[in-house]
Amino acid sequence: MITLANITGSAPKRVLPGFGLSLGISLTFVSLMLLLPMTSLFGQLSGISLAEYWRIITDGRVVASYIVTIGAAAVAALVNAAFGLLLAWVLVRYDFPGKRLLDALMDLPFALPTAVAGITLATLYSSNGWMGRLLDPLGIQVAYTWVGIALAMAFTSIPFVVRTVQPVLEDLPNEVDEAALTLGASDATAFRRVILPHLWPALVTGTGLAFVRSLGEFGAIIFIAGNAPYETEITALMIFVRLQEYDYVGASAIASVVLAVSLALLLAINIWQGRFIKRLHGGRG
Amino acid sequence: MSIRLTNIAKTFGRTQALEPINLDIHDGELVGLLGPSGSGKTTLLRIIAGLEQADAKPAGRIQFGERDVTQVHVRDRRIGFVFQHYALFRHMTVFDNVAFGLTVMPRKERPSSGEIRARVHRLLEMVQLEDFAKRYPAQLSGGQQQRVSLARALALRPDVLLLDEPFGALDAKVRQELRRWLRHLHDELNFTSVFVTHDQEEALELSDRVVVMSNGRIEQIDTPEALYRAPANRFVFEFLGDVNRLEGDVRDGVLTCGDARLAVSELDDGREELLLRPHELKLADAPSDAAQLPVTVTSISPIGAEVRVELEADWLPAPWLATVRHADFERLAISRGQRLYAIPRRWHRFDDATAKPRQATAA
Repeated sequence: MITLANITGSAPKRVLPGFGLSLGISLTFVSLMLLLPMTSLFGQLSGISLAEYWRIITDGRVVASYIVTIGAAAVAALVNAAFGLLLAWVLVRYDFPGKRLLDALMDLPFALPTAVAGITLATLYSSNGWMGRLLDPLGIQVAYTWVGIALAMAFTSIPFVVRTVQPVLEDLPNEVDEAALTLGASDATAFRRVILPHLWPALVTGTGLAFVRSLGEFGAIIFIAGNAPYETEITALMIFVRLQEYDYVGASAIASVVLAVSLALLLAINIWQGRFIKRLHGGRG
Repeated sequence: MSIRLTNIAKTFGRTQALEPINLDIHDGELVGLLGPSGSGKTTLLRIIAGLEQADAKPAGRIQFGERDVTQVHVRDRRIGFVFQHYALFRHMTVFDNVAFGLTVMPRKERPSSGEIRARVHRLLEMVQLEDFAKRYPAQLSGGQQQRVSLARALALRPDVLLLDEPFGALDAKVRQELRRWLRHLHDELNFTSVFVTHDQEEALELSDRVVVMSNGRIEQIDTPEALYRAPANRFVFEFLGDVNRLEGDVRDGVLTCGDARLAVSELDDGREELLLRPHELKLADAPSDAAQLPVTVTSISPIGAEVRVELEADWLPAPWLATVRHADFERLAISRGQRLYAIPRRWHRFDDATAKPRQATAA
């Protein structure tokens, strides 16, 4: 039977209400909050030639800052991957007094203004701070070196790993590792071959998010980094310096590099993870 | 491999999940642990497996044959364990799941990869899943997943196979099929198996012997026939099937309850409660000499080979259930609202104080 809806080609009514309205509001929000600032960033860049752009982003001091930032962020992300996994494990698998408190503590880096964290870390690790005084005689310098930068990055990004791994671990029934044990696997083998593969996508995503977050971190790092040119300057500082000099175009150019790297990484993780999840849920691997 | 449990007890915090238990399971036997939830049956199974530790006091013992495994870790007990929700490794193919136990063996004992492949394919053939070796668990149905889990548990040729509500998560038809198939497999491979279930039909159909448990205690251990015919106490009787109750005063060998009367010459005077199975009730147009139990039919449901008829009467606090054969059903032309007479072929009575059963066959 031909109805009016068929003739006009309008879609059949959806069962779930509010699709048009909710999608519309979502897209408007995303446009205003995310896309508009990004567009203006690229708008700034339209004033310069490609050669000029290339010259700005490959300036020696800026390149040195890329290396410092990426290196420190990588170290911070790897450290967080290990300890974040451990923390998530402890929070999910065991019961102990103070568990709720530890759980709440995980979100502290999100809640704390990053500048406060930065000042606190700098005070602690400077040569006359509590930790600095202990480490100094051993010849370990944390404040004003790249170690300090990595430390500040690790502080601000630890929740990403914990909070992405935690729910996945909660979904993994105890029975699965019990099954591995009844089949004769050692604890280490059971972890490596049964538990870790399950957590792997979440762990990689969490580590990736932590890494990307560290790339853009500014407040927490700036007080502990020392900011010596070519040695402990991070990319975010280079952007800040350009802005101080009213060089908006230069700032935007460097910012676009950070943005591009972050976006590419997030996209790659998403695609890779999608494939893995599909296998778990029954699609062809 | 026989299993012998001596004095096995378990407390969780302050609740006693298992009172000290002794249990002997013979070599090659298929034993069902049957009980309502919270009866301690799963705890007992997990203690046999080594997934749970029995209490240190009283010092219990678990023996597999001559081997004392009380202190042996689960991975060295040589058991196969099948979980209710399969617990398959979802990131591995069916093949890798079944091969897991073989591939994690210490390098010296591990079979060659060719031999592993051959063994896994034999196992998959046995569970009729040869064509599914490359699939992932999420691509299989529940019944297929449980078969994979069984093949995985059998890959190491365990002495003892333990199954925790293995068919609990499956639908009735698949459950029926897997049950028969497990029985067949058990008879063919001749391992010793213990399985947990809360489904009395499953326990009675599958087991050589059934261990009935409640509240952390073993109520009775017997063959399915003996269990049904001679239940040790009221709990076992009530748990193994539907029960009709008849409560009344006995005087001079006749039990009276409202306008219902039943000759019970064996009983002394006093208040009594009798229990009757639905299939032990006959329905008739007229009362018999021994029984005058007028009832009204309130609902009729033909289920398979028999018809279940629900009966009510003003002298009955709770409705009765009678199962009649189709032939009788048609002869009496039973319809809803019809008045009939129930005639017990047999009744049971449990003395709560001694928990000793008494039964009588009514004339």
